Amino acid sequence: MPDTILAVVEQREGKLNRVSWETITAGQAIATATGWPLEAAVVGGGSSIAAEVATKKVAKVYAIESPKLEPYTPDAFAAALKQFLTSKQPKLVLMPHTYQVRDFVPKLATAMGRTVISDCIGFKYEGGKLVFTRQMFQGKLAADVSFTSDAPWFVTFQNGAFRGDKAEAGSPPVEAVSLDIADGVIRNKPQEVFKEAKQAVDLTQAEIIVAVGRGIKEQKNIEIAKQLADALGGDLAASRPICDSGWLPMDRQIGSSGQTVAPKLYLALGISGAIQHIVGMKGSRAIIAVNKDSEAPIFEIADYAVVGNLFDIVPPLIEEVKKVKAGG
Amino acid sequence: MKQVPQKDAPLKLNETGTWIREDVSYEVNEPDAYALEEALRQREKHKGEVVVITSGPARAQQVLREALAKGADRAIHLEDDTFVGLDAFNTAKAFAAAIKDEQFDLIFTGLQSDDYGYAQTGVILAELLGWPHATIIMQIEKTDSGIRVKRELEAGFFQFVDMPTPAVLTIQSGINKLRYATLIGIKQAKNKPLKKVTLGDVQPAVGSNLQKIERLYVPQKTKKTEHIDGSSSEIAKKLVDKLRNELRVL
Repeated sequence: MPDTILAVVEQREGKLNRVSWETITAGQAIATATGWPLEAAVVGGGSSIAAEVATKKVAKVYAIESPKLEPYTPDAFAAALKQFLTSKQPKLVLMPHTYQVRDFVPKLATAMGRTVISDCIGFKYEGGKLVFTRQMFQGKLAADVSFTSDAPWFVTFQNGAFRGDKAEAGSPPVEAVSLDIADGVIRNKPQEVFKEAKQAVDLTQAEIIVAVGRGIKEQKNIEIAKQLADALGGDLAASRPICDSGWLPMDRQIGSSGQTVAPKLYLALGISGAIQHIVGMKGSRAIIAVNKDSEAPIFEIADYAVVGNLFDIVPPLIEEVKKVKAGG
Repeated sequence: MKQVPQKDAPLKLNETGTWIREDVSYEVNEPDAYALEEALRQREKHKGEVVVITSGPARAQQVLREALAKGADRAIHLEDDTFVGLDAFNTAKAFAAAIKDEQFDLIFTGLQSDDYGYAQTGVILAELLGWPHATIIMQIEKTDSGIRVKRELEAGFFQFVDMPTPAVLTIQSGINKLRYATLIGIKQAKNKPLKKVTLGDVQPAVGSNLQKIERLYVPQKTKKTEHIDGSSSEIAKKLVDKLRNELRVL
């Protein structure tokens, strides 16, 4: 059987997760490099999702359906995909590294005696060998990882690793695949998905964001970051540890669990640049980072880097900003 | 629980460029600290026993000692240098083999490790044990039929899930506030059971890695970063100049 690539897109409650376009772009890039055909599959969601996926250039779209796929449970998704993959035998299975995929793909791979290389940011195809690049040690180092096992090979790609808008258009056929999930397989009983508390601020609309990380040291120090945000006419935000400590409410959190933003200016104060934070702000038009650790991963993506103590830098910065705004 | 290089430890590549040099300082993987804290809190609510397990070289024992000092009842150390290079699949297999005679109701892991960042070991372990699981958990409550957990989703969304036990849960940071080990705790830790398990004990279960790190390297920078230097007031002035004239946000 020829080697094929299968991009498994994500739908939640009948809506296509837009990060799926990035998975398609990734699949198309790997298909071009290797010459392997690319197909796509969607698990659950109904025929309209499959139709949406069928506007992209893939050889075929499979619409995998089963009554027990809604609501999402890892047992149901792993069972359905295991059946499908066992019969289709793709070489490579691609998925976006979402919280839902993380919840079931290691289980699926293990059930098939296989492995997942997760949270990848790219791939290389050299001398007929496919390796996947991923960040390690919170972004300080990168690794090229290969499979030493049989197919199917499972890979998940990090949000933003590929451009969803670069997915080539096409009009592939859609094939409906009906699967049965036996009684007793599903053990979890999920309730409705909900949003916690009202969202007081929508950071996705902010043009300027001043974000604080652990470097702010104490809750009372957040005040100077707020003053800077006010002086700039921007919004205050934070990395997860600040919200975990209750120093700022959860709706100020930027990162994989919080908001994903792309403002004109993102000013990161005392933020080291852990991957879970970076995925939420790497699309910012301009990034200024202030951190006293010159090795902090945030500097990999900063446009302007200030290696120094934020407590020395922020107060004069506030003054200079105020001067300019007052017509100086 | 896992022992990982300290967050700010300077990392150097080994000679083959396939791993880091081991001469760094280590600490407990922060997400695992939340998992331990949650276990201790569940014991406080419902009685029972908290057991901590790690796989790694001799130095990894430190993680167990700290956990015992915080209040865990006993510890299991899968001790061998080989565990450092084992993939998540085989690490989970080793754990499953090491605990086969135990009767845990709940197994917690941190949601991912700060060194590899795969977020897989807990989920793989659940599948190997044939247990249900849930990931990125922010709350756990006991119910008549098992547990009710609060799953964190992206962008501020959450979901409650009812599950039977025994189950595996991967724990998200912020679920609780971490405690410090007390002096009494540290003293008591010395007398708590710490069982060593060798690679040989779990060998039949553990196989070859299913994936391989071909190369570990310092990432090539694609972004052009301009460093702003000088005294604090000079930096402030330069930044404002950039904000005004290059970024046009002032």
